[in-house]
This record gives sequence, C-alpha cells and structure tokens, in this order.
Amino acid sequence: MGLRSILDSIEPHFEKGGKLEALYPAYEAIDTALYTPDTVTAGASHIRDGLNLKRIMITVWAVAFIPALAGAWSVGYHANVAMAEVGLTEINDWRDFFIGGLTSYDPTSIWDCVIHGLAYFIPLYVTVFMAGIIFEIWFASKRGHEVNEGYFVTSILFTLTLPAGTPLWMAAVGIIFGVVIGKEVFGGTGKNFLNPALTGRAFLYFAYPAQMSGDAVWVAVDGYTMATPLGDAAAGIESSVSWMSAFLGNLPGSFGETSVLAILLAGAILLMTRIASWRVMLGILVGTTVTTLLFNAISSDNPMFAMPFYWHFVLGGFAFGTVFMATDPVSAAMTDRGRLYYGILIGVMCALIRVVNPAFPEGMMLAILFGNLFAPLIDHFVEQANIKRRLARV
Amino acid sequence: MLEQYLGLFVRAIFIENMALTFFLGMCTFIAISKKISTAIGLGVAVVVVLGITVPANNLIYTYFLKEGAMTWISADFASVDLSFLTFLAYIGVIAAMVQILEMFLDRFVPALYNALGVFLPLITVNCAILAGSLFMEERDYNFGESVVFGLGAGVGWALAITALAGVREKLKYSDVPEGLRGLGVTFICVGLLSLCFMSFGGIDI
Repeated sequence: MGLRSILDSIEPHFEKGGKLEALYPAYEAIDTALYTPDTVTAGASHIRDGLNLKRIMITVWAVAFIPALAGAWSVGYHANVAMAEVGLTEINDWRDFFIGGLTSYDPTSIWDCVIHGLAYFIPLYVTVFMAGIIFEIWFASKRGHEVNEGYFVTSILFTLTLPAGTPLWMAAVGIIFGVVIGKEVFGGTGKNFLNPALTGRAFLYFAYPAQMSGDAVWVAVDGYTMATPLGDAAAGIESSVSWMSAFLGNLPGSFGETSVLAILLAGAILLMTRIASWRVMLGILVGTTVTTLLFNAISSDNPMFAMPFYWHFVLGGFAFGTVFMATDPVSAAMTDRGRLYYGILIGVMCALIRVVNPAFPEGMMLAILFGNLFAPLIDHFVEQANIKRRLARV
Repeated sequence: MLEQYLGLFVRAIFIENMALTFFLGMCTFIAISKKISTAIGLGVAVVVVLGITVPANNLIYTYFLKEGAMTWISADFASVDLSFLTFLAYIGVIAAMVQILEMFLDRFVPALYNALGVFLPLITVNCAILAGSLFMEERDYNFGESVVFGLGAGVGWALAITALAGVREKLKYSDVPEGLRGLGVTFICVGLLSLCFMSFGGIDI
C-alpha cells in the first residue's frame, strides 16, 4: 500500500460534501507537493518546456538550501568562537539537548559548526513554515483557492533573512504579516505587488529594531556583540574581515546572506534553469557599480563614500537579494526591458541607502521593496514606448 | 548654497514625502489614483500649484503678515502682527492661484486643461497644498528655499500618486476579499508604499 493509495483513499473526505470539506486546500497542497497533478492542458497550447509553477518554486526552494547550509556553518562557527572566547562550554538552552547529543562546541570542526548553526536554523524554519502555512490554508479554505508551492519559497527566503538569534515568536509574527498583508489580501500567489518574504522582514525590521539590527543580534550567544562588516564600515571602523572571507561566508550576518560563493552557486542553477531573470541581476550589478563609482569620486567625511563596489557585492544582503529576492517573478517587472530598468533602480537605491542613509547600514531589503513599488510603473512606460514604436511603423 | 537647495529638494521629495510620510492630501491621493495617466496629470498640476503658491505665500507672509513685516511701508507698523490671518490669506491665495492657472490653461494650453478637467479645481481643497505653505511658515524658509521646497513637495506627491496608480492598475488582476475591495485594499497599499518609503527615514541632508 503506497502513499498514493492512502491519499486516494482519504480524498473523498475532503471533497465537496465530505466531512473535512473545509480542509480541502490542505489536502490538495500536500497531494500536489508530493505528486505531480495529472491535470493537463486541454486543446492546443504552445509549451516548449514543462516548466510550471510547481517546478519553478520547488527549484528555488531547493537551491535556497545551499546558502542556508553555508549560513548555518557561519552562524555555528561564530557562536562557537564566541563561546570559546567567553569561556562557555555549553549553552543553557533547550538547543543544548540536540547539539550536546550530536557533537561538541569546537569552532575548528566544520561538523560541529554546521550542527550548531542548524540548531538555530531548523527550529526557526519550522516555526516560520508552520505559522505561515496555517494562515495560507485558512485563507485558501475560506476564499476557495489553492495553496501552492510559492509558500515554500516565501518561508525559506524569509527565514534566511533573519539573524540567528531571532525569537521564534517574532519570526512567526513576521511571516504572518508577510503572508496575510503582503500576499493574501491581494488574493494569493501571483496577485501581490510586494515580495511577501521581504514585506514580513521589513515589518519586523521597523517593528522590533532592537532584535533585528544593531551589534548584539548577529552572534547566537547571549550578550556577545559583534557588528556586521557593513555596520563597521558605516561607523568608520576598519573591519577585520577580508574580502575573501566575506566572499566565502566567514562573517556575521543573517542566515542566508553570509556566503556569496554559495549564493553564486545557487544563482548559477537558477540562471541555467532560466528561473531567475538575468536582466534583473545584471541591472542590479550595473546600478550599484555605477552609483558606487560616483560616490567614490566624491570625497566626503562619511567613510561609506569610499567603499569600492566589489566590497558592496560581498557584504550584507546584496548577493542574496540580487539572486533570490529581486528576481521574484511576481513582484518584479514583467517586461524584458522593464526588468533591466527595475534591476538598475534597485542597484542604485541599494548603494544610495547604504552610503547616504546612516540609519540603515543595510540597504538591499528596502531597495528591493522600493523597486517592487515602481515595477508596475516601469512596465507601464515600457508598454507605452512599445505601443508608440509600433504605431510609428504602421 | 546650491548644495543646500539640492538637499532641501531631495528631502522634500523622498524623506518628507507629503503623501507617504505625512499622509497629507489623502482624499485626492486615493480618489484619483485609479489610472496612471490621470495620476500623472494630477501630479503635474500639484507640482505647478505648490511651486507657485508656496513662494507666493512666502512673500505675503514676510511682507505683510509676520509681526513687524510691514515696516517697509512705514515705521509706524513695527508693532502690527497680522499672523492670525495666515490661514485665510493662504487659502485665498491658493484658491486664486488655482483659478488663474485654470483660466490660463483654458486659454493657452487647452489640451492639458482638458486632460486635467475637474482635478484642477479640486486641488484648491487638497490639504497637501495648504500644508506646503504652513510648513514654509513653520520652518522659516526664505524665498529661494520656499520655491525649492514647493517644487520638491509637489514632485514627491506626484511620484507617490503615480506609484500608487501603477500598483492599483496591477491590482486590477488581483482577487481581493470582498470586504476589502476598493478603498480598503487601497489603504493597505498606501501603508505598504509608506513602508517602502521608510528606507529614506533617517537620512540627514
């Protein structure tokens, strides 16, 4: 008796008239997440590849685990180093139950560091996933639409933007805000205009600034402070992190953003499968490079003005935002040329916020939200230009 | 000097955006943001009106209404303080300016006049316009600064309403819950827009 037949045997309960009719979206979500639905397009269609929503979302979700693992190592490594420095040999926490059983707290061992990081990542991800999926299913059952794989992506991307020590309840509040206000009030996947993961993240950022920014949140050891290199740079302190270690991911930061190498790997897969738009990524790189070069040319007593562009690329959420967040097909511009402009807008805004605004050393999140906001407008103008050009040809 | 004006301009557009930071001019902001083309038209009208009325009110305030402002007529007026008339004077100037602008456009630029239609007179009662003059008074801008501030505030408001119109055009394809359709979801959008504009909060120019 396989899983398929179990699912088939319980299906009647969820269908119209069944006892558990209200939970049909939950059943449907589990079924289609495990098996490809057998509904096919009727009539003539022009499909050159079976790249459907399900495959897109699952691919993004799967590759997001590459930076997640790299981030787990980084979080664990910094926590272990900090513990060794303060002289702690174990943490008085329920997490110790897992870590202590599997490994010790040795910062030189990759295994120990990854396990320590995962001890933070897994509870956070499970909480985020459960909290959000409840609201997804609730909305879906009330509104009569389906839960689809988009939520897998939203939940993992949201988790990856959080600092390791985020309280679990706070993460739950953030994802619920993102799912409900960022997406479901507009009718669900594909109908929102802001990236739901970033909406939730921005909400947390402004609602609980003490737990989301500052120096105390980046290393998962209580009371141990360590600034991110971006925070250091904004304060004018020479950071001890070298470019190479920032590229490889040996620096404090949120889960997903630390290792640029891992993100590039994930980005390469997304580009090869044509899931992410290269135009958006290119636009962001160009926008940031040009803006940074402009700032470099201006001499100022603000130390951020002098930061070269190749440093901007490896610090903070730049790489993660470029590969995973800005390329979200729903909230990005829809037209090809529009995507390029949209990317450039984000790149310019990111450099601008990082350099000019002392309140936010990290600019990527807000830059992408700003880009999302103007994406429909960019599309509108690209369309108008197309119409005009074609009319001239008539 | 130039740098100071540039800083004021940028601040008026982004950091102290009339619509998304102070939530001023909401009635027109919400009502006229259904289509991008009309939103742009209204935005241009607001830029023009703010760009004219704020400096005009600045002149009236500095030379007539402020305490001791009328000493340029005669030294006897040194103790005269007409600042209790500011609201009356400002709204009068705004109404007159809009009327003149309307007649001017009707006579010389009929195309734009027709495009703006009823929105032009509506601007008279837009609180963002009056707020422009009141901010000018409160912050003690001189004439040059009030020109820059008026234009900047107008451009900021125009940018915000155009962005909202873009978002609302996209939302035509959304499936909003029944109770939220129309104004409800628009208010949520404005809130989210405002969240995005918070990226500028804290910039000190």
